[in-house]
Amino acid sequence: MSDLEQLEQSILADIVAADNEQAIEGVRVAALGKKGSVSEKLKTLGRMTPEERTVMGPAINGLKQRVGEAIAQRKAELHDIAINERLARETLDVTLPVRQSPIERGRIHPISQVMDEITAIFSDMGFSIAEGADIETDYYNFTALNFPEGHPAREMHDTFFFNPDENGVRKLLRTHTSPVQIHTMEKQSPPIRIVIPGKTYRCDSDATHSPMFHQIEGLVIDKTANVANLKWVLQEFCKAFFEVPSLNMRFRPSYFPFTEPSLELDIQCDRSGKEVRFGQGDDWMEILGCGMVNPNVLRNVGLDPDEYQGFAWGLGIDRIAMLKYGMPDLRAFFDADVRWMKHYGFRPLDMPTLFAGLSN
Amino acid sequence: MKFTLSWLKDHLDTQSSLGEICEALTMIGLEVEAVDDKSALQPFVIAKVLTAQQHPDADRLQVLSVDTGTGDPVQVVCGAPNARAGLLGAFAPAGTYVPGIDTTLSVGNIRGVESHGMMCSERELQMSNEHDGIIDLADDLEIGSSFAAYAGLDDPVIEIGLTPNRPDCTGVHGIARDLAAYGLGTLKDNAIAPAGGTEPCPINVSLDFGDTQPLCNGFALRMVRNVENRPSPLWMQQRLTAIGLRPISALVDITNYVTFDRGRPLHVFDADKVVGNLVVRRGRAGETVEALDGGTYEVNADICVIADDSGVESIAGIVGGTQTGCDENTTNVLIESALWDASNIARTGRDLGVITDARYRFERGVDPAFMVDGMELATHLVTDLCGGVPSQPIVTDYVVPTRKTVSFPLSEVSRLTGIEVPFDVCLKILHKLGFEPQGAGDIVDVLVPTWRPDVDGKADLVEEVMRIYGVNRIDPQPLVRNGHISERILTPLQTRTRTVRRALAARGMVEVVNWSFVSAAQAALFGGGQDVLKLANPIAIEMSDMRPSLLPGLLTGALHNVNRGHGDLELFEVSDIYQDDSYQGQRRVAAGIRRGTAKMQGHGRHWHTTSSSVDVFDAKADALAALEACGMPVDRMQIEPGGPDWYHPGRCGQIKLGPRILLGTFGEFHPKTLDSMGVSGPLCGFEIFIDAVPEAKRKPTRTKPPLEISSFQALKRDFAFVVEDNVRAGEIVKAVSAADKKLIVDVNVFDLFAGASLGEGKKSVAVEVDIQPTDRTLTDADLEALAAKIIANVAAKTGGVLRG
Repeated sequence: MSDLEQLEQSILADIVAADNEQAIEGVRVAALGKKGSVSEKLKTLGRMTPEERTVMGPAINGLKQRVGEAIAQRKAELHDIAINERLARETLDVTLPVRQSPIERGRIHPISQVMDEITAIFSDMGFSIAEGADIETDYYNFTALNFPEGHPAREMHDTFFFNPDENGVRKLLRTHTSPVQIHTMEKQSPPIRIVIPGKTYRCDSDATHSPMFHQIEGLVIDKTANVANLKWVLQEFCKAFFEVPSLNMRFRPSYFPFTEPSLELDIQCDRSGKEVRFGQGDDWMEILGCGMVNPNVLRNVGLDPDEYQGFAWGLGIDRIAMLKYGMPDLRAFFDADVRWMKHYGFRPLDMPTLFAGLSN
Repeated sequence: MKFTLSWLKDHLDTQSSLGEICEALTMIGLEVEAVDDKSALQPFVIAKVLTAQQHPDADRLQVLSVDTGTGDPVQVVCGAPNARAGLLGAFAPAGTYVPGIDTTLSVGNIRGVESHGMMCSERELQMSNEHDGIIDLADDLEIGSSFAAYAGLDDPVIEIGLTPNRPDCTGVHGIARDLAAYGLGTLKDNAIAPAGGTEPCPINVSLDFGDTQPLCNGFALRMVRNVENRPSPLWMQQRLTAIGLRPISALVDITNYVTFDRGRPLHVFDADKVVGNLVVRRGRAGETVEALDGGTYEVNADICVIADDSGVESIAGIVGGTQTGCDENTTNVLIESALWDASNIARTGRDLGVITDARYRFERGVDPAFMVDGMELATHLVTDLCGGVPSQPIVTDYVVPTRKTVSFPLSEVSRLTGIEVPFDVCLKILHKLGFEPQGAGDIVDVLVPTWRPDVDGKADLVEEVMRIYGVNRIDPQPLVRNGHISERILTPLQTRTRTVRRALAARGMVEVVNWSFVSAAQAALFGGGQDVLKLANPIAIEMSDMRPSLLPGLLTGALHNVNRGHGDLELFEVSDIYQDDSYQGQRRVAAGIRRGTAKMQGHGRHWHTTSSSVDVFDAKADALAALEACGMPVDRMQIEPGGPDWYHPGRCGQIKLGPRILLGTFGEFHPKTLDSMGVSGPLCGFEIFIDAVPEAKRKPTRTKPPLEISSFQALKRDFAFVVEDNVRAGEIVKAVSAADKKLIVDVNVFDLFAGASLGEGKKSVAVEVDIQPTDRTLTDADLEALAAKIIANVAAKTGGVLRG
């Protein structure tokens, strides 16, 4: 065996013996480095005769190339082994739980959600949103709304009063959102299209009454608005709110001091099961009161009832929330129970819109 | 208002079914709230006992063979002592619900003998309390026919929810009039003839209001002599029982009957118990009256009474007195029919806390034209049922009522309702309801009947036409849109309120809605409790004061949840608080609390990172996020240490805009606050004033300012300063930033250290400074100059030195 053959055998053996990236690098330096064994052989070419060089040149260069390739191949193998070992070492148990995102944890109260739903519907019909004070005067809560002094209708309101001031005048907690109608009509000229959401108060407490509850009231004043328009607005609202394609509705004559004529609206429903279903069944459920604004109310805000006319309606936000989403007890709305809120509450990104639907 | 179907048919000639009548009532505004069609009594039939034999195994029982009219006799085991062969009674087969014992019968086996039904007592059918034996009927009745029909128990009872504007429908006659107008039959006239009388009434009545406002607008009185006050006849007792009244005696029952028949309350006095004559006057301080409802009432000058020489005998229009009440010994009766001032009756009833059928009608307004008729009707009933001789009536201080006239353009119906009702139909409807349209043409004068005090304008007449013509004949018509896409609908405050809710919920917090009222103690604890915000009639003692803050409600909510076993809590509310009783004093606020380990990133233990207890910085982060959601730029907010009393004094802060505007507060709660609220910590919270955030000026265009990006590399440099312990990090950050406002874009505190190596009372604060050159790359010399400026500024503002 020639020297070169011996050298090649020896280097190839070293390559095979190298078992990590550092070892193979050592083999490379020992063979192909500046002072490597193959490099030293190459240096001898310069001192050779041309004849010798023609023989030895290809032989040594062939050796260099074969050794180089073998090292590169072994190096790649060892690199892969190293990576695989590292990956095996780094493996984690991906079934370990991560924390829930706060945005999935948070909840919006059904009252807020339903107010947003109502706002979406009425803003589409060109209404704006009016608000007002919870603490009101007798004039705005009753007198201006055509509740005569001492009238039985006043007593039906179970009013919370404050203590009389030095002049004997006592303020009260509004029993309905209607005072805002008066404030609005006093400040703004027709045409008026507003809805008024807000807190209202009555001295009453059981499964369907609480001392504080939420109402939304609507008011339209112009020169033509009539009962037929009122029926349309409420029909469209109810269909949109309850998200059903059609609803059977029944208007009944009724009485409210601030409207004349006055009506109540019933919705046909099925109450035979655990939940109330609208758009089917043969039962009726009262949902709201409404009517044409009483001429006395218009006069009280300085509008001529022969020139201006309009309608108003009012309904309980908590109540329609209960009907739509199936909460059985009104008192739980005000109980701050996180278990109830997790169940009946809405996620922060559940934004009611008409274009994407009011609810998921 | 309750009545029975047969009672209605006394006033209405109709072929309509019960169902049709109820449907019609609801649709004309007399909403039916309940109907008892008495179908539950259908299974009870008249049956004959064929044989009665001793029970083989029980001394007190008999085995009856009963003919129920269906063929084969039925075997019944019966314990009634009066059960005997040949008796006719009321039989209920197995499967029947028996109301008097609240039981549904099944086939029984009583000591070895099967029983297939029951022979009933009066008590079992709720006819009376009689339970000594079974019902024992005359023997000429048809076997198998309905017992309820025979006994008059099958008369359906209808209850309507009467709105306060319809006093005319507090009597059956008025209801019949409405139904007749709707087309459900013909109203029977039922005119009342004068009852005559030849002798003058021996007891006189006069009004004595002196120079005060009279509280009586007419008084009719008549005596009927030699009456016999026996029980009223069965038909009257059955009707009164059906509507929930207890029959007492003919004279008393007559007054109740006329009250419901005609909406006309009456009173009867035992004339022999009246001392002298009757006087109608105001009550006097110190006078009391023992009333027929069992109460004793003190009267005063605001209360109208009927008195005789011995004192007050009756509270006018509300309740009579026992002193002159009629009983079984009454032989001479005085019948009173009077007109009382409606608002005075309402006030008296409210002040005394008495609710009676009379008050209910007088305060709504009885028909003033029916005062005398009411007395005449009662007189007829008294002479019919109790015998006796009527005197001449006395009618005093009565002004014959005049009818209101309403000028009614018939076009009002279509103007207000949107439906065209032919004019002749309008007039016909009004006429049937008792209105009298005068003349013809498009505008008519309409005379309003005396029984409709609620009608005084055009709109009221429109309602009459609409409800009788049919509300559901009005087709919905779209409300015409205003012709363009709506502009922004919500006010800035409304938008913020909405956004801040979603922002806090997005931080993992749960929204709650608490009462607007808190206890007086809680109000005082959170800076409220003013007299003007105390309710005069709170529903409960812990709900007496309008809340000065949302925090007590949230802490109460926390307590409830802790008691249910949920300790890690993150709650918020966005609502109003009350600083005084004006609208300006009603502030829009967002507040939240965190308890336990309820940090935004997560709660409790976790394999990755276990949450620590919540602290002031969690509350601060919530508060700042809430303010940012309201549109408040974070770099304009100033944080000052300290805050209201309910926070830990060393762990709370205020967020301000300039020296005057308080945007909010945050902190850990004071241990004493938590003690007072009964809830344990760790608990922190915040409250921000949404309405204090100034509204951003609306710019003429929505264009954003051009983006300026520097092409020179940004770099970071760290500095650690040793300062006195009481120097606040915020001051250091401010001093660093101020060193070069153009180059320094951010300063971030990344380390705090205190230790003996720094010396007593010292701490180290390390900051990372973000530097962004804008016009050229900074040289080493530039950076050294900037560092020197930073160090000098911090030294000047805080006394801090660069940590060696």
